[in-house]
Amino acid sequence: MGKKVLMKGNEAIGEAAIRAGCLNYFAYPITPQSEVAEYLAKRMPEVGGVFVQGESEVAVGYMLFGASGAGARVFTTSSSPGISLMSEAISYIAGAQCPAVFVNIIRGGPGLGGILPSQGDYFQSVKGGGHGDYRMLVMAPASVQEAVEMMMVAFPLAEKYRNPVMILGDGLIGQMMEPVEFPDQLSTEPSNKDDWAANGMEYRRSDKRNLVKSLYLDPEQLNNHNLLLKSKYERMKQEEIRYEAYNTDSDYISLIVSYGTMSRVCKTAIDNLKEEGIEVGMIRPQTLFPFPETAIHDAAGKPSCKSVMSIEMSMGQMVEDVERCVKGNRPVGWYGKCGGDVPTPEEIMHVIKEGI
Amino acid sequence: MGKTFKKPEALADAHTHYCPGCTHGVIHRLVAEVIDELGIRGRTVGIAPVGCAVLAYNYFTFDFQEAAHGRAPAMATGIKRVRPDLMVFTYQGDGDLASIGMGEIIHAANRGEKFTTIFVNNAVYGMTGGQMAPTTMPGQRTTTSPAGRNVAEAGMPIQMAELIATLKTPGYVTRQTVIKPKYITRTKKAIKKAFEYQVAGKCFSFVEVVSTCPTNWGMTPLEAVKWSEETLLAYYKLGEYKTPEQEV
Repeated sequence: MGKKVLMKGNEAIGEAAIRAGCLNYFAYPITPQSEVAEYLAKRMPEVGGVFVQGESEVAVGYMLFGASGAGARVFTTSSSPGISLMSEAISYIAGAQCPAVFVNIIRGGPGLGGILPSQGDYFQSVKGGGHGDYRMLVMAPASVQEAVEMMMVAFPLAEKYRNPVMILGDGLIGQMMEPVEFPDQLSTEPSNKDDWAANGMEYRRSDKRNLVKSLYLDPEQLNNHNLLLKSKYERMKQEEIRYEAYNTDSDYISLIVSYGTMSRVCKTAIDNLKEEGIEVGMIRPQTLFPFPETAIHDAAGKPSCKSVMSIEMSMGQMVEDVERCVKGNRPVGWYGKCGGDVPTPEEIMHVIKEGI
Repeated sequence: MGKTFKKPEALADAHTHYCPGCTHGVIHRLVAEVIDELGIRGRTVGIAPVGCAVLAYNYFTFDFQEAAHGRAPAMATGIKRVRPDLMVFTYQGDGDLASIGMGEIIHAANRGEKFTTIFVNNAVYGMTGGQMAPTTMPGQRTTTSPAGRNVAEAGMPIQMAELIATLKTPGYVTRQTVIKPKYITRTKKAIKKAFEYQVAGKCFSFVEVVSTCPTNWGMTPLEAVKWSEETLLAYYKLGEYKTPEQEV
């Protein structure tokens, strides 16, 4: 790793993409992530990369699709309403099995909502957003450093599965400055895509032409295509689940499930409660899809654990997945806010104590 | 005597799904001939639209991508920016380009993206069954304008070539037709010129081709040619609207 620098999350995400070997960036301005575009508008020309400011998030989604379909490593960044507009393209990209990385620095919703941090796009990111049966591999960083590290693995993962990958941060991850270290060398080279990308037959020295498409008019073919996609999502569940367990060696009386910025506040609350003699554990999903189902199920089932709380900056979205994992073995509660002000450690401590 | 007429290499040996009297087949052939003549088949990527030409990739023998409705120019932008050495064209109809994809085509043209658009205008949505398009003529009956296009509500048909020619960014903009043999040669020249500009990395190029849709117009192929010539060509004037050499 290189030396530590102090950097704003949005700028660090832009730099991380370059370090990860992605030199193609298409974007449309939206608060609170516009600094990524501003940073890369300067930086991409320095490294011989591409930056295009599209006319809309709709167009940006398809610029990614076209560029990825031609075999290039691509990414974009946006925030909630922009991701809604890109969701059409995300569905096509998943259908046509193209790798692409989307970063969503979530702001409050619905509608224009607000410009402050939120986690209200959990359903949109994890359950769909666009039409049809598809999934994205969704990773949720809890710090600027982790956002950088997730960017580094996002591109190889997108290429491994030929599927869109989303980094789901909230406004705080994008806006706050933290010390961050970048690796000195590129982590990976883009994979060879000659077997499927429409990158020119001459270039591949091949007589076989490639088609990048998502249309299957024959019912059997379409069903088979969807089964193939499903098999990729099942493989993600086998191979890509990432999570952090916090204070789970203790005989915790309550288990928190929380991710992103919210999980950092929960950690402080857990540390404070420990000083008061109350043990609380936490599972922090780093991948929201695939979701750490077994880890949550097992952690909730620890004999000392009496209840589970899903704490999220939304009106109760991830809690549905937590309930699904706990399978009725323990009562599952929810606490959250999504107006833009992040709940404080004191609020979390109060909620946990009330639940005990 | 040698062979004097053969199928272009860029054109697949396939039966098309197009209706009798439809001109997509002719336009496909012209595009294929130009690609052969320029020797660019191995580095060409076509972009199929949503509409009657959604399956166009079945009729060509080079790489293709399939766009969502109206988004082909954004995809072409993505491809050209990361692979300027690829020759990229979008093949779009009037519902795709002039309605849902209006934003994408105008901005791609205005950025001067170095790809080629073949815009086939038959004044109606074909694939979905003959609904009113932005290019439908005043009074023209369609399934969603059963009493004829009412310009008081739907406005006048959009003249895309003229509209794109107003952009200050240099480009090549022309309107042609293939409804009669005498026009076909001119259309081929225009398509060739459009691709030549791209090969030279010069500018965005836009070839509108006034077409027919006997099926959705409720006409025989011959009636469709007559109506296209008398009605469409009176409003959609043929000619070169802009070249990159000229000042706008």
